[in-house]
Amino acid sequence: MSDQIKDLNPAKECRAMGKSIKRREDARFVQGRGTYVDDIELPKMLHMAIVHSPYAHALIKGIDTAEALKVPGVKAIITAKDLAGFNLDWIPTLAGDKQMVLATDRVMYQYQEVAAVFAETRAQAVDAAQLVEVDYEPLEVVADPFKAREDKVILRTDREKKTNHIFNWNVGDREATDKALAEAEVRVKQKAYYPRVHASPLEPCAIVADMNTATGRLTLYLTSQAPHAHRTVVSLVTGIPESNIRIVSPDIGGGFGNKVPVYPGYVCAAAGTIVLGVPVKWVATRTESMTTDSFARDFHMEAEIGATKEGKVTALKVTTVADHGAFDAAADPSKYPAGLFSICTGSYDFPTAFTEVDAYYTNKTPGGVAYRCSFRVTEASYMIERAMDTAARELNMDPAEFRFKNFIQKEQFPYNSPLGWTYDSGDYETTFKVALEKVGYEELRKEQAEKRAKGEIMGIGISTFTEIVGAGPSKDFDILGIKMFDGAEIRIHPTGSVIVRAGTKSQGQGHETTWAQIVAEELGLDVDKILVEEGDTDTAPYGLGTYASRSTPTAGGALALGARRIREKAKRIAAHLLEVSADDIEWEDYKFQIKGVPSKSVTTQDCAFAAYTNPAPGDEPGLETTYYYDPPNLTFPHGAYICVVDIDKSTGEVKVRRFVAIDDCGTIINPMIVEGQVHGGLAEGFAMAFMQEIVYDEEGNHLNTNYTDYLIPTAYEVPKFETGNTVTPSPHHPIGAKGVGESPTVGSPAAYVNAVIDALSPYGVSEIDMPISREKVFSKLRAAGVEAF
Amino acid sequence: MEITLNVNGQEHKVDVEPRTLLVYALRENCGLKGAHVGCDSSSCGVCTVVLDGKIPVKSCTMFAVQAEGHEITTIEGLGGGANLHPLQKAFHEQHGLQCGYCTPAMIMSSYALLQHNPDPSEDDIRRGLSGNLCRCTGYMNIVKAVQQAAADMRQPAEAAD
Amino acid sequence: MFPASFDFYRAHSAEEAVSLLGEHGADSRILAGGQSLIPAMRYRLAQPTVLVDINQMQAANYITEENGELRIGATVRDSDLEFSDLIRTNYQLMSDVSDVVADPIVRFRGTLIGSLCHNDPSGDWPAAMLAARAKMIIQNKDGKRVVNADEFIVDSFTTAVEEGEMAVETIWPTPSKNTGASYQKIERKVGDYATAAAAVQLELNEDGTVKEAGIGITAVSYVALRVAEGEALLRGQKVTRNLIKAVAAEASKMADPIADGRGSAEYKKEVVGVLVAKGIMQSLERLGRKVEA
Repeated sequence: MSDQIKDLNPAKECRAMGKSIKRREDARFVQGRGTYVDDIELPKMLHMAIVHSPYAHALIKGIDTAEALKVPGVKAIITAKDLAGFNLDWIPTLAGDKQMVLATDRVMYQYQEVAAVFAETRAQAVDAAQLVEVDYEPLEVVADPFKAREDKVILRTDREKKTNHIFNWNVGDREATDKALAEAEVRVKQKAYYPRVHASPLEPCAIVADMNTATGRLTLYLTSQAPHAHRTVVSLVTGIPESNIRIVSPDIGGGFGNKVPVYPGYVCAAAGTIVLGVPVKWVATRTESMTTDSFARDFHMEAEIGATKEGKVTALKVTTVADHGAFDAAADPSKYPAGLFSICTGSYDFPTAFTEVDAYYTNKTPGGVAYRCSFRVTEASYMIERAMDTAARELNMDPAEFRFKNFIQKEQFPYNSPLGWTYDSGDYETTFKVALEKVGYEELRKEQAEKRAKGEIMGIGISTFTEIVGAGPSKDFDILGIKMFDGAEIRIHPTGSVIVRAGTKSQGQGHETTWAQIVAEELGLDVDKILVEEGDTDTAPYGLGTYASRSTPTAGGALALGARRIREKAKRIAAHLLEVSADDIEWEDYKFQIKGVPSKSVTTQDCAFAAYTNPAPGDEPGLETTYYYDPPNLTFPHGAYICVVDIDKSTGEVKVRRFVAIDDCGTIINPMIVEGQVHGGLAEGFAMAFMQEIVYDEEGNHLNTNYTDYLIPTAYEVPKFETGNTVTPSPHHPIGAKGVGESPTVGSPAAYVNAVIDALSPYGVSEIDMPISREKVFSKLRAAGVEAF
Repeated sequence: MEITLNVNGQEHKVDVEPRTLLVYALRENCGLKGAHVGCDSSSCGVCTVVLDGKIPVKSCTMFAVQAEGHEITTIEGLGGGANLHPLQKAFHEQHGLQCGYCTPAMIMSSYALLQHNPDPSEDDIRRGLSGNLCRCTGYMNIVKAVQQAAADMRQPAEAAD
Repeated sequence: MFPASFDFYRAHSAEEAVSLLGEHGADSRILAGGQSLIPAMRYRLAQPTVLVDINQMQAANYITEENGELRIGATVRDSDLEFSDLIRTNYQLMSDVSDVVADPIVRFRGTLIGSLCHNDPSGDWPAAMLAARAKMIIQNKDGKRVVNADEFIVDSFTTAVEEGEMAVETIWPTPSKNTGASYQKIERKVGDYATAAAAVQLELNEDGTVKEAGIGITAVSYVALRVAEGEALLRGQKVTRNLIKAVAAEASKMADPIADGRGSAEYKKEVVGVLVAKGIMQSLERLGRKVEA
């Protein structure tokens, strides 16, 4: 009996768009039959363990592997010296910097990789790693970007420029903005730190590297969100021809941007299999994951809003100090070292604006990745939504009213922002009104007033954010020179079943279902006849992968246009079958018919059969295509989130009573999946607002190296969510879709934080940084003289 | 040392070290990959399996040798093919999973929860599953899935009353 | 990660366990629930060379109430307490703790006696043990001895159990009907150790004055502390708001916490007083009484 359960896949549905079709990938997952990297076992496979530095900054005086090599089962131990022989001791980062694979003469952050041990079992590898003796000479540590800025200790001695400053990136009209601010009737400043966080997919990074010494082919089973880009990088750094490298990204246990970079562990495993000629497996421990995976955020921001007394915004300036860690390994498109942070004007019609980001090296883990975010959009959105609330408070206006006053109007789209983006479409007022109504805003404000009179503490927080996703158009967007298009291949078999492949790679987003829905809709085929496959670079068309909410805007477009190209050919076949000219055929009700004659029609399936058995004269046989889609613009999803909190005076505990999230991600392919994405992102937003933060001490010691100290919320902490949608299609996207996976992570943190500040504002509180611990609230209440009991 | 593990009703004679954690014995010696590993500190629960029909355990926090003499149930033993367990069906129908990495453990933990409390409230479910992390779903649909499965599982008994 | 190698023994009786411990010396450890020990071994923070597993010791798996005492054996799990009607009905404090110690899955494996012997300075059970005036029976090759909670808790991760000994039973006095209790814990999430916590047990006289009070606090010093001064303030008194404040102040005064990821020292010191106050108030509420004006 097949393990595919028929009743699990009731998707006999060609009218597939907009339907909550149950996920086709679920069957294997609910039976424990997924295949993640750690599930892969190959004959003679060795296990790798890594030796990490206990120091954040130190010279390496020597490495003694003698005792470690005596451990039974140990086959080899490599250090940077060995890698140098293959020119693999340093690798390029996505940001155009370079990073050590294994520490050369020095370590630059705590837990940096120093040596790699290869042994027959995992336990033996760990036993031996424990015995590698490294002689360190500690150096002064710079763990703070503001200290780094002083350039008293230069961290990157390998660079020509003797400074810790990495870059200044700015956009907008500095002079005009300063002038507008100087002339503004009201000026409001807002500082905000977006803490360093770790994306923490539950599956840690892993690799099985397998060099076939007979064929010279290197196969890497990899936790990769971007297998094609990774193949190119591997080829560039190893010199192995790209055709001799195969990357297989099997089932991925969550990504969230964490699995975009190329990590030293991967390179060591690849070097191991090349040297040893047998497969090598490395699965990061959670401690390794927490300490050496690319971090996210770590932005020290300051915003200033200028406004009229009536509450109309006139200017925005945002300056940021960014902590990039020891190497600039930020995963951003080449032209945008601070990502798309210049979306920081958000949903509001600022006549003028300016923003700049200065980035610095510190003795911390390198990064940063766009954690469930389209390149620094989370930081930008958080900043503007916090600042708008502060401005409203200063103006003594309701934060909802203030927003209505400043929204970009529906008629203004396509809207050119002062920081250079062209927003595709939006209807901010409508979405916000839906949210206000759903939450019952007026009543809540009344309730709040009554509670305040009784000394009870309740808050309402708003975030009406705009995202920028779907990178991106080739004129502006590339990573290491590779343009950020994406590809899709559609092959229709003679019997009408289909295999679809794309350059993206689902990590839970449900592409096996939604990609099939797009193709089914375009071609009038049943969803359950369409198999979707991603992640194998030998078979899938090139694409830049899945992150930054780009899959639907890019690959989604490629799928729709590829299907339409197939439809054009099928139309010629239909004409041949119906013995009329192609001009006389129309696509109507998911069939090809003779214009105006519904009874004379054939289906795509009929055409597919004919493509192999009875091709149209003069046409190539077969029915397949590969389509590379270069999007003309980015997409701009938006949403309105409202959070209601109650605060326990005695302990400072914040309870999220309600959270209403109305999203507008354009056309919806599968409402169930969109809702699931929103739930997940709201939970991660909650986690950042209240729990998650990577903390270092002054000596650069990483203080939360595992889940006992880096707090991932459970079902008990995460609140309930109330979701909904408005639909403003993207005018330039083939199906009008905009992408949704990141909206909730981008939009929600400000709503949570604004709610807490709103609650505490009667006590003179206007600032609180994430994560909002009980202690922070407790201290503010006590400082305001509120008695605990 | 050679030990015998009874997993999903089948005896597995496996050669392990005393230090071999149950999860690795299941994955690497018994070939059952449904239980995963996600942390080092017994925090994430993605390795959860069920002992003796109703005791959920984090199989990374138990030595394989300690599981001798117990009946171990993993996701692979819960149901499959045409005979999915109501929980497996409900997780699918309620979209209670995304990347799938926590799913087998979440289902096994839910299974144990329902053995102890066949009619749990939402709060019971949220508390009961708080030893298992999920990063994708925000838990909303997991709660719904457990509610659906609980109702499905009660139904035959209620019908028989 | 992977524990270092060790030798594994199964003990089927306390005598056998004690004998194995005697044979293997300081590097041997009892393996009960293992929910603290095994993670520590995975991090190689603990590297015992011998583990003596007691999980199959059927005779140690009992919860019995007789002669005004509750006796609990060495293999009784936190979940046994959590799901026990007897505990839920008659042992409010223990019931409260069993709901919040570790996480629900860990509770199915972790044992009460194991937690007490681990004696983590942020553990829940030691504070409850102090407040409830519980005792421990410790066995060695020569026989058994009884130690009360105050003597049992010696230092961080150190108890009165010496090398070659095993804690075999803990005894908790059965609270009278006029006893109310409460465990107040601040934790950052389920499964976390307490940021601070307070175990309170109050026995009242018919007139509402306090007959006996037990207060234990945890995570605010190198070990769990009994707030003896606060207990003394309560004894014989009606519970007023001012009295609660005074008792809370005693708890804060005693607390000597360290700053860590869970909070600053100042915060923990202050909030543990709040928790004691809340514990007293809930204990009263559970007896259907209110704080006197």
